[in-house]
Amino acid sequence: MEAAIEANQLCKTYPPAVTALDGLSLSVEAATIFGLLGPNGAGKSTTVRVLSTLTRPDSGSARVAGADVLADPVGVRRAIGMVGQKHGADPQATGRENLMLQGEFYGITGRELKARITQALERFDLTDVADRAAKTYSGGMQRRLDIAMGLLHKPRVLFLDEPTTGLDPEARVQMWHEIERLAAEERITVLLTTHYLEEADRLASQLAIIDRGRVVARGTPKDLKNELKGDTVQIELADAEDAGGHAGLLGRVGGLSEIELDGRTLRARAEDGGAAIPAVLAALEAHGVKATSVTLARPSLDDVYLRHAGRAFNQADSEHEEVAA
Amino acid sequence: MTAFRQSWQVSLRGIRVLVRNPAFLGITLTQPIIWLLLFGALFKAVTQIPGFDGGSYIDFLTPGIVVMLAVSSAGWTGMGLIEDINGGVMDRMLASPAWRGAPNAGLVAYAVLTIVLQSVLIVLLALVLGAHYTGGVGGVLLLILVAALLGAAFASLSNGVAVLARQRETLIGAVSFVLLPLTFLSAALMQQSLVPAWIRTVARFNPVNWAVQAGRSAAMQKIDWGLVGTRIGLLVAFALLSAMFATRAFTRYQRSL
Repeated sequence: MEAAIEANQLCKTYPPAVTALDGLSLSVEAATIFGLLGPNGAGKSTTVRVLSTLTRPDSGSARVAGADVLADPVGVRRAIGMVGQKHGADPQATGRENLMLQGEFYGITGRELKARITQALERFDLTDVADRAAKTYSGGMQRRLDIAMGLLHKPRVLFLDEPTTGLDPEARVQMWHEIERLAAEERITVLLTTHYLEEADRLASQLAIIDRGRVVARGTPKDLKNELKGDTVQIELADAEDAGGHAGLLGRVGGLSEIELDGRTLRARAEDGGAAIPAVLAALEAHGVKATSVTLARPSLDDVYLRHAGRAFNQADSEHEEVAA
Repeated sequence: MTAFRQSWQVSLRGIRVLVRNPAFLGITLTQPIIWLLLFGALFKAVTQIPGFDGGSYIDFLTPGIVVMLAVSSAGWTGMGLIEDINGGVMDRMLASPAWRGAPNAGLVAYAVLTIVLQSVLIVLLALVLGAHYTGGVGGVLLLILVAALLGAAFASLSNGVAVLARQRETLIGAVSFVLLPLTFLSAALMQQSLVPAWIRTVARFNPVNWAVQAGRSAAMQKIDWGLVGTRIGLLVAFALLSAMFATRAFTRYQRSL
């Protein structure tokens, strides 16, 4: 079966010399949620814009729902729904009028359009506010209207560009449920961009981590985390005295590797963290070393990102902001 | 047909805002009244100038005000596009299979509608103030037609500038910059035989002047079909050129994304 989205070696440079995409390739299986994860400025939005025909790539090719983005953009447009970072609803018009305009853009008219609008309003819990101007909506309501508009023509592929940015936690969880339902029940392929690690972890069955315009890692969230091999054991020592000696002590405990010392904090990687902890405690005890706490952490996508992009996620984010500022 | 429907939906957005905003509607409808009364009072003495043969001041000024207001109203058309670009409405439209010309066509149609409405108001008010429409209903309709053509052209220009600049400030600057010179370099407020020769020369190439001449001849005087016909032809050509400019600007905007 053909992939729902297939991108090959996409490049895009904005004048004067901002490289947004630098040979990005990805493949998305139909009826799955695919997460594009990366800091601001990594190229997530440009990828979505190229795949949704809003932007032409300088080189490379892409097919979405069987249509080529360059050779058959109209074919792509008919098959996709697009929910951008910006709201995209006309703030002066009511929710119902926005849906009407959206339907007309796709050539849906008359009774069929009315029926679909009624359905969409109900599904996204907007019936009560349907005849109020969109500018009076809460953040969550606006987002729901955006997605209702994106789905009105029953697309096969839906692009969600940072769908939960700016939402409160409650609205975010609600949005997550809705997105999960799309792929599971309606067999829609969802390409989701996010810079929330937890969001990608929870929703996406496949992930691509992108940094500086290219994919640096791909796989299921679980595989990506397993790739890091093991858990992190972190020990806070009571005092920093002879901490270096204690680090050597840990080295003799079986199953630990990559031991690092950072002030009073000792960090080590363990293939099986649960099994390593008793041994670590016993070794510390035997040499009379006092620890204030011992914690065990499963690898997070943050670690995955750190490993593949060579810098921490937040750091990459703030670097970008500095560039932008 | 789909293209027409989609453009109409765009116009409808503007019409809704107009109808739902009492303040906005009030300003749109009051503006023609103020202009007519203000300019009427200000230029009343024009009729006293030796060599003036335009009849009463209200007869002379009415077509000028109709045309001037058409340019002014149409000039702001592009503001809607800038809002759509910034708010994401434009992206949503471009990601759909909708006709690419819909935003321009819809906004131009909306501008023309506003202009017709304002022109009718001015014409009626002037009638109350004692204007003589020598050209009758047909002449008045021709006056409104030239105002609409000129307005359509300027609405397209405004849209083109809007998508190229994508900044409200630039558009505001452009409209303010253009409006008064174009008006003063025409017969809108002053009879052409009474202005310096160089202004007369420049005015011959000024679309605002074409509209004023044609409108005045058709509505207020014994209609000069040669003059009205050529000016309408020129205005149609100007409107088409402007539409082409808007289309090209829009294509360029899409490429720049």
